[in-house]
Amino acid sequence: MGFAVAAALCGASSLALAEAEFVVGSKSFTESVVLAELARKAAERDGVELGHHRELGGSRILFEALKQGEIDVYPEYTGTLIHELLASTASEIRTHAEINHALEPLGLQALAPLGFENTYALGLKREKADELGLASISDLASHPALKFGFSSEFMDREDGWPGLSQRYGLAPDWVRGMDHDLAYRALESDEIHVLDLYSTDADIAYYNLTTLKDDRRFFPEYKAFFIVRSDLRTRSPKLMRALESLSGAVSEEAMVAMNARVKLDRESEANSAAAFLGMQNEAGGDTRFDRIVATTFDHLTLVAISLFAAIAVAIPLGIAAARLPGLGATVLAVTGVLQTLPSLALFVFMIPLFGIGAAPAIVALFLYSLLPIVRNTHAGLTGIDPALRDSAMALGLPPARRLAWIELPLASHSILAGIKTAAVINVGTATLAALIGAGGYGQPILTGIRLDDTSLILEGAVPAAVLALLAQSAFNQFERWLGWEISGD
Amino acid sequence: MFSLHNVEKRFGDLVAVAGIDLNVPVGTTLALIGASGSGKSTVLRLMLGLEQPDSGEVRFAGDPVTDQNIERIRQSVGYVIQEGGLFPHLSTRDNIALLARHQGWDHERQRQRIEQLCELTHFPSSGLARRPAQLSGGQRQRVALMRALMLDPEVLLMDEPLGALDPLIRFELQNELRDVFGRLNKTVVLVTHDLNEANFLASELVLMRDGGIEQRGDLDGLRNAPATDFVAHFLRAQHLMGDSDDDRGSN
Repeated sequence: MGFAVAAALCGASSLALAEAEFVVGSKSFTESVVLAELARKAAERDGVELGHHRELGGSRILFEALKQGEIDVYPEYTGTLIHELLASTASEIRTHAEINHALEPLGLQALAPLGFENTYALGLKREKADELGLASISDLASHPALKFGFSSEFMDREDGWPGLSQRYGLAPDWVRGMDHDLAYRALESDEIHVLDLYSTDADIAYYNLTTLKDDRRFFPEYKAFFIVRSDLRTRSPKLMRALESLSGAVSEEAMVAMNARVKLDRESEANSAAAFLGMQNEAGGDTRFDRIVATTFDHLTLVAISLFAAIAVAIPLGIAAARLPGLGATVLAVTGVLQTLPSLALFVFMIPLFGIGAAPAIVALFLYSLLPIVRNTHAGLTGIDPALRDSAMALGLPPARRLAWIELPLASHSILAGIKTAAVINVGTATLAALIGAGGYGQPILTGIRLDDTSLILEGAVPAAVLALLAQSAFNQFERWLGWEISGD
Repeated sequence: MFSLHNVEKRFGDLVAVAGIDLNVPVGTTLALIGASGSGKSTVLRLMLGLEQPDSGEVRFAGDPVTDQNIERIRQSVGYVIQEGGLFPHLSTRDNIALLARHQGWDHERQRQRIEQLCELTHFPSSGLARRPAQLSGGQRQRVALMRALMLDPEVLLMDEPLGALDPLIRFELQNELRDVFGRLNKTVVLVTHDLNEANFLASELVLMRDGGIEQRGDLDGLRNAPATDFVAHFLRAQHLMGDSDDDRGSN
């Protein structure tokens, strides 16, 4: 039932996207967002409206969303596609034609490369590199005390740390996976010394870094290109032409400049792309207030729908669990297991079933909200003083009346406490929903981390904290209004 | 009114009621007495269908008690337990009126009946708006009695109704209960461990031990012709052998 509610109402939060027939996606790093904006502006120039699902939580999420038809196009890199997304493909893939051969059965197509390469590189602060005389990756082998902080994706990929450390015989004392944008902050404060970077990162200049030479040629090539659904050519030849007009048009210098405009000059990705295309800046731009209103609306939609659906399902489940002890054990075990799933994992599990955006986020939040409510309903009902339960029975009230007049009111404190717990957890967990394109307060947090913009992080974090506190006090108020307290004699 | 036929009830290895026959004729006031654990409360609970007999049969007005008729039977029986069993989330008035509300009595009819009951039980109507937790123990038992009497049931089942009260209040309520029993002329089954109270309130005593019935009769019968050593011992232990309850007058 919750699924149906979530599915029926999911459109509410992605209002802006619902208007656009075609959608481009981007990963949650600056270059990807800029390239998606580049596609959007190029399409706009040719009179095609292209929506933008911004800052989704990883290559796999984008790739699945593209296969599902949730998005029509997104920027990808050859290395990522070959070594990660098509890694299970039997034949070895090298050329662009071989890539397209592998994509064809999936209904996807890679357009010709944009013109620049954004390969992995290792970097460290210039002064540190000079101090130790480091110029290439093989120089690192003799400095095991240096601390390495890599993006989580780089830590796991076969074309990342596992292969690199083997090729160069690196065995540092300290290696950790962390968010890429946070790694720059850790580097700033000298908590790590070496990080992975992308060769077109504006951060290289921003943080004054030295990039180490890949002297044993480990890193594969990372040419950027747009990957589209094959049916796009027939659905919108115009859009296809607009995208293809970008092939070979973006040099490495141009890409670094576009990234720097965003990261260093604090321009919007849209304006950075517009400048490259020689187009006018977008008018106005939302004020901070407008943005907070919009993210609040998204966030409340996620929380409210998932919470109400959870209440509607969990209370009857809790009642059934209390009535039938055998079922009760099962229900509590299953909802308990759901609760232990890492929230990001649960969000990602939802994508094959519900795509990206608000729907999978609402379903995931719904599942998370079940346990506290089911458990507290069960505990509230089974915890009723047996003498009171017997008194209600002895009066001759039928079961439905006993439940409505006696048992549920007696369990109401416990049930309400469960709903309160679910609501507060829900408000916090919903910030992760931005990773699968559901918007909400997680969006400015993600963007803020990416752009190293504390005020933007706070723009999401503060309202989320305030909302959690408001929810808590609203429930406390409601409890008081509900009235009775169990007081001792 | 109620009759038990060879009824047995076990809780695991414990035999709570050991195959007893017990008949409660209309209009009697019967007290089940005995030490705690002797099975007397379980007998009441079997009558109300709060426990199911493992064997034997419970009948109400001649009909076997079944899942189908149990709610109707419960509605024609008032049940009062030790701590009153009042619902803490409801006001005194709502506690009393609960069953009448279920049966669809209109507001005025409820109000009039509650007024009558307040008079009968000497409960101040100013207390009707209060929650049970705001009442004294004695007042709570008055409310429990009112709730039991709301629909004017044929039978009252009372399980240690005064057990949790201090002696003075208990003494006062014993007198009032006897007054109520006398005025309403109902069939009453009272469970108590206090022989003095049983004798004061009931016309017949049933002494139970280990789930069985040791002897049935009035106090004189038990005193003058104890059926077993246990009966004699029980009476002696309660300081009533040879002594009397003259200070309260006997029925």
